[in-house]
Amino acid sequence: MTWVSQLVQKPWVWAWFGAVSMWVIITGVSGFGAGGQVMSAAASFGTFFVIVAIGQMFVITLGPGNVDLSIPACMTLSATLAMKFMNGDPGLLVPGFLISLGVGLAIGTTNFLLILFLRIPPIIATLSASFLYQSTAIWSNRGLRVKPPEVLGDFAVAKVAGVPILTLVVLVVTVGMAFLLHRTRFGLSVLAVGQNEKAAKLAGIRVERVRFLTYLMCAVFASVCGFFLAGFSGGAALNMGEQYLLMSIAVVVIGGTSVAGGYANLTGLWGASLFMFLLVSMLNTLGLSAGYRLIVTGAIIVAVIVVSGRKLAR
Amino acid sequence: MARFLTPKALRTLLPALSLAALLAAIFYLQPRTMSYFGLNLLLNLAVPIALATIAQMFILCVNDLDLSLGAFVSLTACITATWLNDTPLLGVLALAACVVAYGALGALIHLRNLPSIVVTLGMSFVWTGIAVLILPTPGGSAPEWIRTLMTLKPSLVPFPIIASVVIALVVHIGLMRSAAGTVLRGVGGNPKSVERAGWSLLRVKVTMFSLAGLFGVFSGMALVGLTTSADANIALRYTLLSIAGGILGGGEFVGGRVSPVGAVIGAITLALAGSFLSFLRLNPDWQIGAQGAILILVLALRLLVSSRERRI
Repeated sequence: MTWVSQLVQKPWVWAWFGAVSMWVIITGVSGFGAGGQVMSAAASFGTFFVIVAIGQMFVITLGPGNVDLSIPACMTLSATLAMKFMNGDPGLLVPGFLISLGVGLAIGTTNFLLILFLRIPPIIATLSASFLYQSTAIWSNRGLRVKPPEVLGDFAVAKVAGVPILTLVVLVVTVGMAFLLHRTRFGLSVLAVGQNEKAAKLAGIRVERVRFLTYLMCAVFASVCGFFLAGFSGGAALNMGEQYLLMSIAVVVIGGTSVAGGYANLTGLWGASLFMFLLVSMLNTLGLSAGYRLIVTGAIIVAVIVVSGRKLAR
Repeated sequence: MARFLTPKALRTLLPALSLAALLAAIFYLQPRTMSYFGLNLLLNLAVPIALATIAQMFILCVNDLDLSLGAFVSLTACITATWLNDTPLLGVLALAACVVAYGALGALIHLRNLPSIVVTLGMSFVWTGIAVLILPTPGGSAPEWIRTLMTLKPSLVPFPIIASVVIALVVHIGLMRSAAGTVLRGVGGNPKSVERAGWSLLRVKVTMFSLAGLFGVFSGMALVGLTTSADANIALRYTLLSIAGGILGGGEFVGGRVSPVGAVIGAITLALAGSFLSFLRLNPDWQIGAQGAILILVLALRLLVSSRERRI
């Protein structure tokens, strides 16, 4: 039984355990057919959660106070500008994507400059700046829903053997990110800064450069997510990023990454994303009303943190 | 004169100066606001925001952050507009239960050493869920006495100003000037030393979270007194407003450095920012953005002041 006790100690195990039990309940209630369908939907929606959560995870790993609250605004702005530029023309797909990337790079740089020069906590810096990004999106969007080029929409929902292509792409990206985190100088620097910023500085790590790259990366992931989400959901809408703020933080933490920083886990991100989606689906399957659904969702998030909380301790 | 304008004094004065500058700009743009009636209209909605900011300040003071405050205020607003109005006893019990729940949350966060950001994030779902159950569609009505209180028209000074001053002073005396308040703030500064000195950290956390809950309840009640009805999402933006207000008012994220007077001023500044922008005839699209810009501007000014502080 040693493997069980070893497994229980892995930080990502709770998220996956939760995801699997949710799926078992759904399948138990509505049969295998529904179980297969919900799994496919979970893969689709979970993929978007994972994309933003990867960036948020690197940010949170930098240590206490590091959270990027500008993710929803960044997603909205990137999707709005890119969709508007392409205006449904498939020929403009590549420049559209580049615009989206550009938005991410610009927002990441702005966030970092605010943190660096104003010396304010990243939470406040990204929060205040996100108001500006959101306003820019509102101003350029004017409440319209600009349709994405058909190719983009098709790609975002395309499936191979029941598995969305986007999911496969993001899986590969996740593996790449795991390599980046555990095997490269940048990744190890992020972990070191999160564990002890002073020690990291004394060891010769250029802390501000690491922070810059991390916030840049987070914004780029958010903008790319916004780009594909707009394709997936038939256009950019002003509230499209709304739930991704809570979701990105919840997924990171439930996935076993330490909120205190210094310890990150990519395997858990997938488990937690699937768990969050399946949890909501399960509550729908059980036919609960909106109010109870919210209560149970919140209670389960808190319960997961309490149960798995000992390792998160500051 | 120069002796009083030390950087430290400037830092304390900065929130008030920003508010004064904003008010001056508003008066300049729209002289009619410089009347009893104008000020009343201008500042009305600042009262619930100020109460919510004070609530957030209690949490900031023990180095935590409450991301569920907006949802919580919405819930208390819903309870106020329904139960407290129809069956006052049930309403009072429910609101008291809300305060107790906040205290219990503080205990949970302390005992299990949990990250407050995530716990409150989860709780925000719970609060919204309960609010939806209580009031599935926007509606309800404000209890008569709250309505009367919030629409009071005292002679000379408009009610929102009196209310803000009273809130700021009561909390200032309780938290900054009393012995108990010093212990409470000490936990934000150095928890270990407070514990060594024989105080229970658990009790401090529970007290602070309960106080936050209490002021959250007040905020919801005040809001319903103004809007006369409620819905489950009525105050969701208070989460960010309260954090921003607390920071604008000179609070810090760590170290128990907070300022109740500053928090109230910060909240009023944010509430006025909206009016200022509409007087500027600024495109409504830029309203939120300009609030962000004001926030960044004030923080930049503060940095300027504190860098002078360091040089001296």
